[in-house]
Amino acid sequence: MDCVFWDKKTELMPRQDLERLQLERLRSTVGSALRTEWYRKRLPKVGISKPDDIRSLDDIRRIPFTMKDDLRQGYPYGLLAVDLSDVVRMHASSGTTGIPTVIFHTYQDLMGWADVVARSIVATGATKQDVFQNMMSYGLFTGGLGLHYGAERVGMMVIPVGGGNTKRQVQLMKDFRSTVLHITPSYLLHLYEKLGECEAKVEDLFLKKAYLGAEPYSENTRTKLEELFSIDVYNSYGLSEMNGPGVAFECVHKCGMHLWEDVYFVEIINPETGERVPDGAIGEVVLSNVTRSATPILRYRTRDLAFLYPEPCACGRTHRRLSRITGRSDDMLIINGANVFPSQIEEVVMRIPEVGTNYQICLEKDGALDKLIVKVEIYSKMFHGSVHELDALKKRIKDELRSSITIGAHIELHEPGSLPSFEGKGKRVIDKRIRL
Amino acid sequence: MKITQISVFLENKQGRLREVCSVLGKERINIRALTIAESEQFGIARMVVDRHEDAIRVLKEQGFVAQLTDIVALEVDDSPGGLAHILQTLDDEKVNVEYMYGFVEKHSNKALMVFRFDDTDRALQVLREKGISVVGKKDIGAL
Repeated sequence: MDCVFWDKKTELMPRQDLERLQLERLRSTVGSALRTEWYRKRLPKVGISKPDDIRSLDDIRRIPFTMKDDLRQGYPYGLLAVDLSDVVRMHASSGTTGIPTVIFHTYQDLMGWADVVARSIVATGATKQDVFQNMMSYGLFTGGLGLHYGAERVGMMVIPVGGGNTKRQVQLMKDFRSTVLHITPSYLLHLYEKLGECEAKVEDLFLKKAYLGAEPYSENTRTKLEELFSIDVYNSYGLSEMNGPGVAFECVHKCGMHLWEDVYFVEIINPETGERVPDGAIGEVVLSNVTRSATPILRYRTRDLAFLYPEPCACGRTHRRLSRITGRSDDMLIINGANVFPSQIEEVVMRIPEVGTNYQICLEKDGALDKLIVKVEIYSKMFHGSVHELDALKKRIKDELRSSITIGAHIELHEPGSLPSFEGKGKRVIDKRIRL
Repeated sequence: MKITQISVFLENKQGRLREVCSVLGKERINIRALTIAESEQFGIARMVVDRHEDAIRVLKEQGFVAQLTDIVALEVDDSPGGLAHILQTLDDEKVNVEYMYGFVEKHSNKALMVFRFDDTDRALQVLREKGISVVGKKDIGAL
């Protein structure tokens, strides 16, 4: 298979040179980090007061991990390393509570991100001749804009349609002969089921590739989608703390995602002990972004569980491949591609006076899509015998939830004492979904 | 002239209504009128019973979410147009009916209906002025 490279020199860089580059960039990032309130408090405590205190890549181990909660505590400007006037964009993603995590970008940061995404797109064999339909949400969520800038950089025509409105999506695919889609696995499955309603058949479309991300799915699902649509499906990994998509992406061999090690320093750790595990062993992915200036983040614990392939890829790239994400080391839920923490739901339920503190989160499949049901108990005192009042209460809870978690939930009102109650941390989440 | 109605929240669970009736039955409480208002995922049973204080006590003891509401019991001519006539009168006086349902027994040879008004006191005043017969607690008790 002929491999095309966006940045051949970097993508095929010998490990020694790559590691030297990483060290240089890590030092520079430590310098940026020391300009932030957050790291200024923590790095000197472990003997790092200037970039030169990092003498080797091993010294990174002295740096304490950064957790999502730290980003929440640093909200809004605690991790900003440049003047606000140099910031041209911010993105935000789910926090464990109502407070989101914010990542700022300078113009250079955005260009760097677009570059690493372009590199990823070209690695799949796509070219400027392709027509790219971007079906991931645009907005504060990084999925949409992330691929958008990279695809434009490659030179392909981008259809910035975002998610939803399946009929229109299919119409665009037919009329504009889209060849590459960026979409969640559940939505792509859902789309297949709706083709009939859209008066279309797979043969009417011109699809060649799909980039899937934002939620976990299996090899089986990839194979199934490839068969259903007669396309190649590529796995994509990213997180807003590390820009967004473009952290790791599959090449034409579709066997693990190349993690761009000139941009991201990766460690796989044992989530209990924090110690590194060898290549090939499953652990928690820890990432340091070494090229950004506005929001340097060091040793960020992603809570995603995966392993690094020890063997080199047939394409020749020296950047190691990350496996599929096999799970999380926390309780975060992924619902139709959106990250939702049970604690966010709890926070909303607790502040509604008409319902008790007992609640349950149920996840089911509704066809190919996920369905979120939040069950709450009504307070006897708050019941006045009116149906309208209760319906209005349900709507209020639904609206407050949507404000916090950005997705829709079905609300069910139950009698007090009918939901299981727990001392301490109970099993509040019932996930009946079959894994994709 | 107000009558007391009991509203009970019914989760959409099989047997919930039966349990309500069973609890009342065990306490030897007689249901005189009953209706169920439904919503997508739950219902509300509304009823007039012969001993509402005992009824609500025993329902709450059994873990039901129940509440008392004021309603009015009206006699309606048991012939075609009987109800329309009363509703016309109420309409003319701009008295709003939220919901209504029927009693099991008749008080006289007229039909007996439960009315829930959004402004009960004003409704009673209008009914009095228009000479529409309101059935009191004692008479309900004697049904």
